Amino acid sequence: MLKYRTDMYEGMIAETVVVPGHNGTVINAYFARPLGPGPFPGVVLIHHAPGWDEWYRETTRKFAHHGYLAISPNIYYQFGHGAPEDIAAKVRASGGVPDDDVVGDITESLHRLKSLPQSNGKVGLFGTCSAGRQTFLVACRTKGVDAAVDCWGGRVVMSQQELTPKYPVAPIDYTKDLSCPLLGLFGEEDQFPTPQQVVQHEQELKKYGKTYEFHMYPKAGHGFFYYDRSGYRQEQAVDGWNKVFAFFAKYLETPD
Amino acid sequence: MCTGIVENTKISGHGKGPQGWFPLEQASVSYDHPDHARSERAVIIDLLSNSARPESRVAVELTPQSARDLVHAILATLSRGEGDRREQETSEITDHSKNHLLKEMVSGPSD
Repeated sequence: MLKYRTDMYEGMIAETVVVPGHNGTVINAYFARPLGPGPFPGVVLIHHAPGWDEWYRETTRKFAHHGYLAISPNIYYQFGHGAPEDIAAKVRASGGVPDDDVVGDITESLHRLKSLPQSNGKVGLFGTCSAGRQTFLVACRTKGVDAAVDCWGGRVVMSQQELTPKYPVAPIDYTKDLSCPLLGLFGEEDQFPTPQQVVQHEQELKKYGKTYEFHMYPKAGHGFFYYDRSGYRQEQAVDGWNKVFAFFAKYLETPD
Repeated sequence: MCTGIVENTKISGHGKGPQGWFPLEQASVSYDHPDHARSERAVIIDLLSNSARPESRVAVELTPQSARDLVHAILATLSRGEGDRREQETSEITDHSKNHLLKEMVSGPSD
């Protein structure tokens, strides 16, 4: 794990770029990377239901600060442009983005990161909220993911009544296809997902012999990393971030 | 979209946004994690125009109890204002709508 010292040089570039999306589309993305030739590991950040917002841009830069090529594609691009929360409202009213579109968009960004000359060839996924679910989904349906972090993703476990043409398969039913180590962070007061659903998911991971770490935080609900929302829990968030970076260091970074 | 709980309905009216008044055509009601309300979950109501720009939106995030209180207030207002006419309209509501409006929204979700 990259440890910064006060006598170190540090620099990064962070900007909006365009990248390939699902089915030949071109979408915008926020890309932050450390300056220098690398090699650097990469992370694709899938933004949460509130939209492609400031928190996700900050988090993209946070990963760059820690030595990662970090990209956050706008998976709501097909709903037009405006304030993130207004676009998120349109997505909410429409019932969300189809799973196939998200898998396509994220897979393209994954390949883009791996193709960069600064890449060390390893790329992980990170997502919170609805994107925690999507992170797991992509990690199961796409080859080439080296590690995945699912933060409190709801609806990994879905009832038959919840399945729709946009969400035709419950992500838990793809567990046997998970192709990389998985880190899951959850709050015991969360109802989406409930602790019982997290246990159900964990049992499925064990059943198929997958490599995973799940952590259930007491006195935390949904979104406990979000410092700008009432669900923020400082102690749990600090510990959670430490676990995220330790996990990615273990599976994405290459020895010096 | 963590919960996936959303109900949409066509509406007719006007709403006021940053650019002034605009026609409303759709109401989207969801039960999810709010952006701004200081509660774990909220009833999020977006009153939308399908033709206007995305910012032409009237948005509220209500605690579940506030949402129930609002439903009571709307129904009470309609009852006082429209009397017999409301009763006639109510009798035309489908069983599906009755279940959603009267059972879930007024009495609260089963959980």
